Amino acid sequence: MSENFERHAYDILIIGSGGAGLRAAVAAAEGGAKVAVLGKSLLGKAHTVMAEGGVAASLGNVDPADGWETHFYDTMRSGHFINNYKMVEVFAKEAPDRVLELEQWGAVFDRTPEGRIMQRPFGAHTFRRLAHVGDRTGMEIIRTMEQKILTVNVDVFQEITATKLFIDNGRVAGTVAYYREDGRFALFTAKAVVIATGGWGKAYKVTSNSWESTGDGAALAFRAGAELVDMEMVQFHPTGMVWPPGVRGLLVTEGVRGEGGLLRNSEGERFMEKYDPQRMELSSRDVVARSIYKEVQAGRGTPHGGAWLDITHKGPEYIKRKLPGMYQQFMALADVDITKTKFEVGPTIHYTMGGIKVDALTCATNVPGLFAAGECAGGLHGANRLGGNSLADILVFGKRAGDGALEFIQGHEGTPKVEEAEVQAEIERVLQPVGQESGENPYALHEQLQEIMANHAGISRNGPELEQGLQKMLELKERAKSMSAPGSRTFNPGWHSVHDVRNMITLCEAIIRGAIERKESRGAQWRLDHPDELEEYGKINFVHKMEDGEVKTYTSPVAEMTAELQELFQLGAAPGIAKSGKKE
Amino acid sequence: MAEEITLSVFRGDRSGGREQEYKIPAVPGMVVLDALHYIQAHQAPDLAVRWNCKAAHCGSCSAEINGSAKLLCKTRVDDYTDEVIHVRPMHTFPVIKDLVTDVSWNYEKLRQIPAFQPAIKAPFTLHQRDVDRIQEFRKCIECFLCQNICHVLRDHSAKDAYWGPRMMIRMAELQMHPLDTADRIDLLKGSAGIGYCNITKCCTVVCPQGINITDNGIIPLKERVADKYFDPLGGLVRKMHK
Amino acid sequence: MAQSAETIHGSKSKSGAAWWVEPYLTVLALGLFGVYSLWLVFFQHTGQFQNYLSPFFSPTEDWGIKVLPALWVLWAPLLFRATCYYYRKEIYRGFFHDPMACGVPESRRKFYFGETRFPFIWTNLHRWFWYIALVVLVFLWIDAVKAFIFPVAGGGSTFGVGLGSLIMLVNVSLLTMYSLSCHAFRHLVGGGSQKFSCADGSPTTRYKLWNTVSRWNEKHGLFAWVSMFSVWFTDVYIRLLIYGVIHPVRFF
Ligand SMILES: Cc1cc2nc3c(=O)[nH]c(=O)nc-3n(C[C@H](O)[C@H](O)[C@H](O)COP(=O)(O)OP(=O)(O)OC[C@H]3O[C@@H](n4cnc5c(N)ncnc54)[C@H](O)[C@@H]3O)c2cc1C
Ligand code: SF4
Ligand code: SF4
Ligand code: FES
Ligand code: FES
Repeated sequence: MSENFERHAYDILIIGSGGAGLRAAVAAAEGGAKVAVLGKSLLGKAHTVMAEGGVAASLGNVDPADGWETHFYDTMRSGHFINNYKMVEVFAKEAPDRVLELEQWGAVFDRTPEGRIMQRPFGAHTFRRLAHVGDRTGMEIIRTMEQKILTVNVDVFQEITATKLFIDNGRVAGTVAYYREDGRFALFTAKAVVIATGGWGKAYKVTSNSWESTGDGAALAFRAGAELVDMEMVQFHPTGMVWPPGVRGLLVTEGVRGEGGLLRNSEGERFMEKYDPQRMELSSRDVVARSIYKEVQAGRGTPHGGAWLDITHKGPEYIKRKLPGMYQQFMALADVDITKTKFEVGPTIHYTMGGIKVDALTCATNVPGLFAAGECAGGLHGANRLGGNSLADILVFGKRAGDGALEFIQGHEGTPKVEEAEVQAEIERVLQPVGQESGENPYALHEQLQEIMANHAGISRNGPELEQGLQKMLELKERAKSMSAPGSRTFNPGWHSVHDVRNMITLCEAIIRGAIERKESRGAQWRLDHPDELEEYGKINFVHKMEDGEVKTYTSPVAEMTAELQELFQLGAAPGIAKSGKKE
Repeated sequence: MAEEITLSVFRGDRSGGREQEYKIPAVPGMVVLDALHYIQAHQAPDLAVRWNCKAAHCGSCSAEINGSAKLLCKTRVDDYTDEVIHVRPMHTFPVIKDLVTDVSWNYEKLRQIPAFQPAIKAPFTLHQRDVDRIQEFRKCIECFLCQNICHVLRDHSAKDAYWGPRMMIRMAELQMHPLDTADRIDLLKGSAGIGYCNITKCCTVVCPQGINITDNGIIPLKERVADKYFDPLGGLVRKMHK
Repeated sequence: MAQSAETIHGSKSKSGAAWWVEPYLTVLALGLFGVYSLWLVFFQHTGQFQNYLSPFFSPTEDWGIKVLPALWVLWAPLLFRATCYYYRKEIYRGFFHDPMACGVPESRRKFYFGETRFPFIWTNLHRWFWYIALVVLVFLWIDAVKAFIFPVAGGGSTFGVGLGSLIMLVNVSLLTMYSLSCHAFRHLVGGGSQKFSCADGSPTTRYKLWNTVSRWNEKHGLFAWVSMFSVWFTDVYIRLLIYGVIHPVRFF
């Protein structure tokens, strides 16, 4: 039986209505293209809304010595030099413009006494660099984009899930998607497609991520032939809530440490002195997360297995003004008044550095017409992401992807086609689990997937456990073929998670395979059986390709920086430090 | 430890429905959304509920818990001891399924608000005191709980006459931006229908972000309307002052 | 599902009272105040006892009008209060059940125009009544000062303090706070401006004023009630003196 579906034709289709997707849409629409944006949830609710701490850009408003060179330096160093340096370069250079542009569009950042955009210190940023709005910066950004999008000509489709990318003669041709509301289908054909679907933090149980973070876009692109890079790099944020169980994993913004919060173990010791005496609490995330983990392993953890974070010395008024969200979050959810007492924190999954491999300047993937930007793309952050760099990432590369797609459709004649039969086949596949009473429960599979990832590919890893994890993941992949979703098509969350689980399995396989291959410790990848950072691995990225339905893993050389850029690392200190008179 | 809690959740769709009871084990610190997730995973996989962040940031999970308009992810189960927890969808918007309602009307209205029109190019020189007032409004997470509780929309179904408190503070935030040059006063008095608000403050009461919608947003806007339409003298003075 | 009082929004106020208590108390208090005012208008001709003057009768007979003297002064404060944003809320909730409490279903009247049509569109004139109320306030302050100047037997006068003087001082102070915490005033004094900083980055005078008034404004509802009761109480006290039910207390 064939299913009716809506048909929409666009110049540029953007999958994902987070910060990256919306920024791409603005760029594409301003260039005169006919643009549509799809999102799994309502407009303005995407994962970006959760970002708290700030957006990194070397505006130099509070530390005039800051400049793109220093931002470049910090980002490369924290990424342990497996970043795509070209991406980092344009990123560091363009971030300030993208932030100012937000101000132009109506974003209202916190101000310095001189009336400029305020910038706060953050982990492993040499200078005070994060433009912010209290602890709701992401909300400000998405709201601003949401409002900007209304002033340009873009069609927004809300609560719609894309399930497959179509390819015509090697070129991307569009997608099929279903409305969550009633399960009706729509075919979107386009001359270029931008993937901006965010990360896959939901593959772990203790996570700060929203339900949307199931890596749909990366999985779709992967199946359509795009390459994935650095998948083994999954960021643990050092400070998530650990108690009560209901809120385990919920983020405690790095802003708490940025504003002066101190970490102590159960013995009252400020343990970061041992692990990074210079940067202390504001060391990079991989280091702080590992330090907390080690303290807990050594028996110096808090009652619920974390570390103490203490900001009380800043005084209630300051805390309530600078961290109102945190104050409320702890009051409402944990009955803890952070202005009066220290509180427990522990590592939580936060960000996926890896993703779709893209060109540094245009965000093009290896599939013609297919672009990717934001958390779903890989390369910018290398082995570890700096706080605040993601919001800057989605702005800089959101715009670049939009521009890239525009340039592509201007340079390529014609519109690729999607075969009717292909669409019907996909619809049939997607509908298959609906109403099935017997079959695997997607919720249960999701939980098992999270368990495998936590136990086999968590914060500390080793070869045998990873191998076991891979076996389990492959078994899960088999079982996932027969998932069922009792009930109707009308807003059926069980059915929705069927697709999420399938996508996560695909990506998790790549994570584990990458982690197995990278026989060293670097950034977020911490191998107990290979505890050192090895030079030879600093020269390669692991790249995954889908070949005949199988995940294949290859290496790809890390591009070498130009001589000029390399010089930035020969100064003996971060660029700008001498000028600022500050000690590193 | 393993206490049992009882939830009575509305199940149904556009054609109607009724509450259904579920019993689930309590976990310390559990919020109502967790309870619903437990039901989804173990008892009713197709139970529809909107959510994203589970951190009171996104404003997706609005519903009515024991008659109060609240966020599911911010309402703790242990606030209701020895009580059945009744969970129903927002009353003011049409039900799609279970707890999910059709809030598209709000997005239509958001579209109709004239955008920010700055006088100059960024970077701006603005002081914290200039923006404190509008930052309060920009905290809005668009949960639409205020729209849900506002009696003009809820009881008088006057959606074509009044745009509701969310839109009012959106306009307040733009109108009070120190560098904005657009004029929304005619719109406020006209099709946005600010006159329909009788400042009874239920919106302020339910706002999970603690925004003083009525006192800091709507009343100052009503005063701006009065400036233009009900105070010729004041208007004249202001003109001469400029 | 029938909604019991317990399950309705705002069902329990902070004090734990049921949701309908507040609107009924409002109706009761405002109703009694109204009845009392009418009684003054129709049946009382003076508010003067020695150097004490009831706020209901200020400014006084000087106008040479002998019919319903209270009416000539009362309309201004009454309209001021009737158009006050705070009282409007209480009146709409208490008298018109629009809504009685948050989430309580209203009787589905066919029409609801809010403040877009007669009569409530007149509430937009609140600021005008505020100006008039300010004039009245000046007279009340003069009365309060007079309340400290007692006639001396055999002519002349002297400074003194009686219970009535204190009551009148407190009353006029509360009325002042009520008027100065007004939303319209908050707007006029600075809230209406878009920018709060001077070119050199320092705060404007209007900002400082607005900021102060904003702080008072948070307590506007409280000032509304206590100043109403203090007016009432002041009149009752003076009236009891006039009737000779009680005797004046003089501290020195
Ligand atoms: C709690 C928290 C705090 C953070 N704080 C900061 C911070 O302070 N600074 C910082 O720089 N970064 C921070 N981050 C990281 C940052 O928020 C994210 O990395 C970034 O917002 C990702 O944006 P995005 O546009 O790439 O994707 P997202 O915002 O995740 O958007 C993805 C979009 O894709 C849509 N989508 C997904 N799948 C599909 C599908 N199949 N079909 C259609 N649409 C789909 C979704 O609906 C959504 O609209 C934080 C993250 C978290 C979780
Ligand atoms: S104060 Fe106005 S906007 Fe708010 S709920 Fe009441 S009538 Fe609606
Ligand atoms: S103003 Fe408050 S209640 Fe209304 S939508 Fe915004 S956050 Fe929700
Ligand atoms: S889930 Fe985001 S506000 Fe509740
Ligand atoms: S608002 Fe109450 S007196 Fe003006």
